[in-house]
Amino acid sequence: MVPLSHYLVLSAILFAIGMFGALTRRNAIGILMALELMFNAVNVNFVAFSRYLPQTMLQGQIFAIFVITVAAAEAAVGLAIILGLYRNFKTINVDEINLMKW
Amino acid sequence: MEKAIDRLSSASLAWGVPPVVLQMTLMLAVAIAVILFISVSVMFMIWWERKISAHIQVRYGPMRVGGWHGWAQSLADGIKLLIKEDIIPAGADRFVFALAPMVVFAAALAAYVIIPFGPNLIIRDLNIGVFFYISISSLTVVGIIMAGWSSNNKYSVLGALRSAAQAVSYEVPLVVSILGVIMTVGSLSMVEIVEAQQRIWFIVPQFVGFLIYLTAAIAECNRLPFDIPEAESELVAGFHVEYSGMRFAIFFLAEYANMFTVSAIATALFLGGWHGPLLPPWLWFLLKTYFIIFIMMWLRWTLARLRVDQLMNVGWKYLLPLAFLNMGITGLVLVLRG
Amino acid sequence: MTVAHALFFGVAAFTTGAALFVVLARNIVHCAIALVFTFFGVAAVYILLDAEFLAAVQVLLYVGGITILLLFAIMLTSRISARGVKIMNEQVGSSALVVFVIMGIMTYANVKGLALVAAPPPASYATASIGRLLLTTYVLPFEAVSILLLAALVGAIILARREREKD
Repeated sequence: MVPLSHYLVLSAILFAIGMFGALTRRNAIGILMALELMFNAVNVNFVAFSRYLPQTMLQGQIFAIFVITVAAAEAAVGLAIILGLYRNFKTINVDEINLMKW
Repeated sequence: MEKAIDRLSSASLAWGVPPVVLQMTLMLAVAIAVILFISVSVMFMIWWERKISAHIQVRYGPMRVGGWHGWAQSLADGIKLLIKEDIIPAGADRFVFALAPMVVFAAALAAYVIIPFGPNLIIRDLNIGVFFYISISSLTVVGIIMAGWSSNNKYSVLGALRSAAQAVSYEVPLVVSILGVIMTVGSLSMVEIVEAQQRIWFIVPQFVGFLIYLTAAIAECNRLPFDIPEAESELVAGFHVEYSGMRFAIFFLAEYANMFTVSAIATALFLGGWHGPLLPPWLWFLLKTYFIIFIMMWLRWTLARLRVDQLMNVGWKYLLPLAFLNMGITGLVLVLRG
Repeated sequence: MTVAHALFFGVAAFTTGAALFVVLARNIVHCAIALVFTFFGVAAVYILLDAEFLAAVQVLLYVGGITILLLFAIMLTSRISARGVKIMNEQVGSSALVVFVIMGIMTYANVKGLALVAAPPPASYATASIGRLLLTTYVLPFEAVSILLLAALVGAIILARREREKD
């Protein structure tokens, strides 16, 4: 039987990779993709706990469904914002969009 | 079948081979059998389509290759496609260009897991049966976008974007029309859905659902009247314009395999699956599936092509409200019936 | 090393490799395709955890929805042909350090704290239970999420619309 800690370590690794991508990529869509990686890592964590706790109440899976749904909504709005950014700045590299920087 | 597998597994244990090796070999054998079935079926469907189109257009179609009505025509076409030169356009993204047909074919192949050919002839009766098909069919769109983008060709990109928009738009009425059947049965498993149609096929209570499903399925397969993404006269074959030879053969195979899958699911969900009086169950299933394929081919050579804005209008403004109405009425009837 | 272990390590290695490709690839379209593979890897993890309905939902929504959104946005905004463009900003060193520290803390906590082994698989499949729970105990978050989706739909349409050239 695979112990729970294996799944949690996998979730931690995926979260770390996602965080690295969100902190370092210049392309705004690349940052969004790294964000999706972080959401997936969190979902793996939820579902692993929902499976391994003695009383399987499926709350982990239901929360994972909500996380997926909200991530989809957020990706849609985020990409619409990125399209607006591209139209105004002609670039989506986030370190070139610094009009409000002091 | 089960006893043979049990004997094989005990024999393999006696030889010191772990049972997982036997399971892997069985899975591989089943996958190869499915690919063979798809190949033969697709070759037949291509010949059949040429014959149907010919007779609708008052001509003969293939008559020479192989003697009787040109039955070996698709075999000859397949050999021709295989021996063609493998051309990759100059500025194309080689890796994505090569991967795209495989993704589309993988999506088409994976859906065969849940097709119920007969009472014990389903590869795996997943308890999320129909939902599995719905999830896997959304992978086709990713493959199409990859194909269009990597070809480095404006017509490809246009065709891919239109195809993606169309597929995504018609997925919603497809799923909602299936929901009427699922609500009536109370389970997602394909075998249970077919078993629930022993007395009456679901096409009778869910006739509107069947029509919506058929329309959305034709749109999902990119067939006329919804084939603006691969319209030969408009977009120079759309997203697969730069593909030739074996890669194009894989796209073609995937499209016809998709047609078979969609018709098979229509048969299982609406036409009673394998139920029928005299013939063996798998024969009934194949006959009903090919009947629906015949309807799809008939529609292709009879109706005119929809423009892309008309297509989106039909999907969002007519099919989707109708599908929701169907689901609502089905739910109401189920609740009132207790 | 049982089959379950081998399967888990295979799936975990595949998912981690694809995730690394997502954050390190140069061409953004390759990132999106690696993201598709990552989503499939996570769906495989869900199937290993007896959550097959969630695996199908993951493939349907992530691969069939979010990936297509991302690909559309990439096609509408990027200039692939630019060579020599940096893909990482100046924070690579410090963020790698921070990420390693956080990953180390999380891994240590996960390995040390929890020695749970799996409960036997549930008697009935989860799909019916999830449906029932969503419509009884969790109906309020369910409805709230539907309103959120409506707001996101309207917002995305308004944000992405072309400016009307009125004069």
